[in-house]
Amino acid sequence: MSTASTSGQGKPVMKAKHQRMTLVVFALIAIVAAGLIAVWALRNQANYFYLPEQIASEPPSVGQPVRLGGMVQPGSIATQADGITVQFVVTGNEASSVPVRYSGILPDLFVEGSGVVAEGSLQADGTFLATNLLAKHDENYVPKELEGLEGHNAEKAAEIAAETTVGL
Amino acid sequence: MIAEIGHAALWLAAALAALQMVAGALALRAPEGTTSPYALYARPAAVVQALLAVLAFAMLLYAFAITDLSVKLVATNSHSLKPFLYKLTGTWGNHEGSMLLWVAVLALSGGLLAFAERRLPERTMSATLSVQGFVAIGFYFFLLVSSNPFERLPVPALEGVGLNPLLQDIGLAVHPPTLYIGYVGLSVAFSLAMGALITRQVTPAFAKVMRPWVLGAWVFLTLGITAGSYWAYYELGWGGWWFWDPVENASLMPWLAATALLHSVSVLAARDALRTWTIMLGVVAFSMSMLGTFLVRSGVLTSVHAFAVDPERGTLLLALLGLYIGGSLTIFAMRASSISEGKRFKASSREGALVFNNVMLSAILAIVLLGTLYPLLTEAFDVRVSVGPPYFNPAGAIFAIPMFIIMAVGPLLRWKDDKVSRIQPELMVLASVALLIVALVVFLGDYPLLPILGLALSGALALAALMPLRGRRLTRVPTATWGMVLAHFGVAVSLFGMASEAAFTEERLAAVSPGGSEEIGGWTIALEGVDPVSGPNWTAIEARIAASRGGGEPVILNPQARNFWAPSQATSESALLTRWDGQLYAVIGDAAGVDAQGQQRWQLRIWWKPFVTFIWYGGLLIALGGILSIAGRVQVDLKRRRATQIGDERRADEAAIAAGARGPQGAQGTQGGIAPEPAE
Repeated sequence: MSTASTSGQGKPVMKAKHQRMTLVVFALIAIVAAGLIAVWALRNQANYFYLPEQIASEPPSVGQPVRLGGMVQPGSIATQADGITVQFVVTGNEASSVPVRYSGILPDLFVEGSGVVAEGSLQADGTFLATNLLAKHDENYVPKELEGLEGHNAEKAAEIAAETTVGL
Repeated sequence: MIAEIGHAALWLAAALAALQMVAGALALRAPEGTTSPYALYARPAAVVQALLAVLAFAMLLYAFAITDLSVKLVATNSHSLKPFLYKLTGTWGNHEGSMLLWVAVLALSGGLLAFAERRLPERTMSATLSVQGFVAIGFYFFLLVSSNPFERLPVPALEGVGLNPLLQDIGLAVHPPTLYIGYVGLSVAFSLAMGALITRQVTPAFAKVMRPWVLGAWVFLTLGITAGSYWAYYELGWGGWWFWDPVENASLMPWLAATALLHSVSVLAARDALRTWTIMLGVVAFSMSMLGTFLVRSGVLTSVHAFAVDPERGTLLLALLGLYIGGSLTIFAMRASSISEGKRFKASSREGALVFNNVMLSAILAIVLLGTLYPLLTEAFDVRVSVGPPYFNPAGAIFAIPMFIIMAVGPLLRWKDDKVSRIQPELMVLASVALLIVALVVFLGDYPLLPILGLALSGALALAALMPLRGRRLTRVPTATWGMVLAHFGVAVSLFGMASEAAFTEERLAAVSPGGSEEIGGWTIALEGVDPVSGPNWTAIEARIAASRGGGEPVILNPQARNFWAPSQATSESALLTRWDGQLYAVIGDAAGVDAQGQQRWQLRIWWKPFVTFIWYGGLLIALGGILSIAGRVQVDLKRRRATQIGDERRADEAAIAAGARGPQGAQGTQGGIAPEPAE
């Protein structure tokens, strides 16, 4: 029991209450600030994910880190002479397509006609330079952003991905 | 038969949880000071419930061990040819099994609380057990209604479907159970907080009962997150150790809340301040555990649409989440005003620093929470957004940086009332260490801002963590203080590893033919050959790489690209070479055409990550600090109990001598005799 609040002397009680109020106000300010920062930062992120048609209609600025998602166009994968650089074309629902260049080890089930999410940035020449390809190690996996694109049974993929989700 | 025993045990446990809830609640209706007859039932109900839930889990474990293919869960998740260890770990590598493990741990911790905890007033204990039973019953209901793990197939399957090969790893054997113990340990903290709130017993004595549970849960969460991070690091083959993946965030959020809670509960135990704040954090911490369970188990992460397609599980979990969080907040709102304010303190005191960091931790929690939920929200409106490191790193750093600074300073301050000017010399030393590191790193090269700050803060923090030991005889320092020192030092070590990895990692990607070599970070990597190999349920190509540094003896590394069958899946097994100052990380990719001599080339991806291992060493140190802290408290508590017991016996003797047989003093007498504990 707090002696201050039960002592009955006016002043300490006020002070203890006052301190609690100060703490509550401080905590509220910090949490609200966190919320505002989060909302502001997330708004700037809203354009983080692009489909090929969005790249065509309103391209992100050159060098801005974004994700590009779509289907790997059949017949478009070409390995360069250095053995590690790969070029391919990503298509979306509409006719638009984006050429992508990627240096690195391809995800195990990166194949033509499957979905892919490329992390990277658009270059001045209109090529998308990918630093990372997200296509998980499961033939049934569809990156979340790609659901609803043609040729994919989103339900099935979601079910399988849910089953293979690890731990908590 | 086995499955039926498990199923029946689960139903019985659910019934006992109901008994526990009702008996505990009825016991509260007895007038203050008397013991209700119902109070007798709550404890045994909790203990037997724990045994039954563990029995149910053991039955499922057995079904997996013998690959009983008539059980649907085994048939869909296991395979008779799988290595035995992974048959066992497969028990919790799926939705139903992992929920059963969750519930079993929940019941076990409730049983342990009922069995072992004798310090709390009986009314508070009844309320606590009632709340614990209330939480348990919801999850039994969830398990039995929507995720029965013991469901039989009408016709036994001929062969199991198998288990995701990514999950066939020792990391999986340890990672989820560790996290679950942490998650569910927080349920006890939650029940205790509710019990204390309902019976208006938010006292230092209550905080001392709550603290080991919070510390224990927090240790397991720390270990679980550390193990999970390392598992993702070496198993996924991407060279990253944290991806801000929602599943990872789901484990980070309870950890952040538990970290805040354990500091706040320590203030309550030592200084009788921060009463309502501690209760609030107790609610938040367990809410985050349940939110994590909901996020991972409802399918909502895969897609809001997938959630909508099979809404049963998700809706049930969401209802439970709403019930428990809403219910506890309602009780909080009703009772908070009746909890009198605790002791006051100045802003420049150890309490002040702890409160500040508590708020910073809560702010980081808010950042992570919003970042995790935002994509789900926008997806509901058909806008697809990915939230990744570009959001989490800077937004988190805004609050993490002040937190690390205060974390360095806080333990140097005295409780209740202190002046910053008193510790000015220490502050000057710490500030100059930080500035020196910044200057050094900027001089060495061009690195991003956050890693530079991280390096500087980690240096200052490591030094500051050791400062409380200064001028003390190390053998006389209390174990709990060692715990704090070690945990804070661990944070510095971990931060150093993260910053170093972010700043100094070197990466080399090349197509190499056998006989060729590459240079990276002072290492010479020579590809000696690539061979096919096979394992129990996979085939692979395996590279033989000789790595040597400074002309030293080469070490052979064998990264593999594996192809599993049942189910058919490809994974890459990275090869790691650990040195004290970092790790060499090698991955083999695809065949990459032929070179000028017509030799087959292979893609190799090599990283040299200086001091990356410090991230996990730091995590282990933090957990060890938590363990020492528990050990120290238990040690002090046992000593005090013995002293009280001896005192009681002597007093009883004296009373017996003085006034004949008046009997020993009861439990009330020992309760009053608790001395204030040393403020550390």
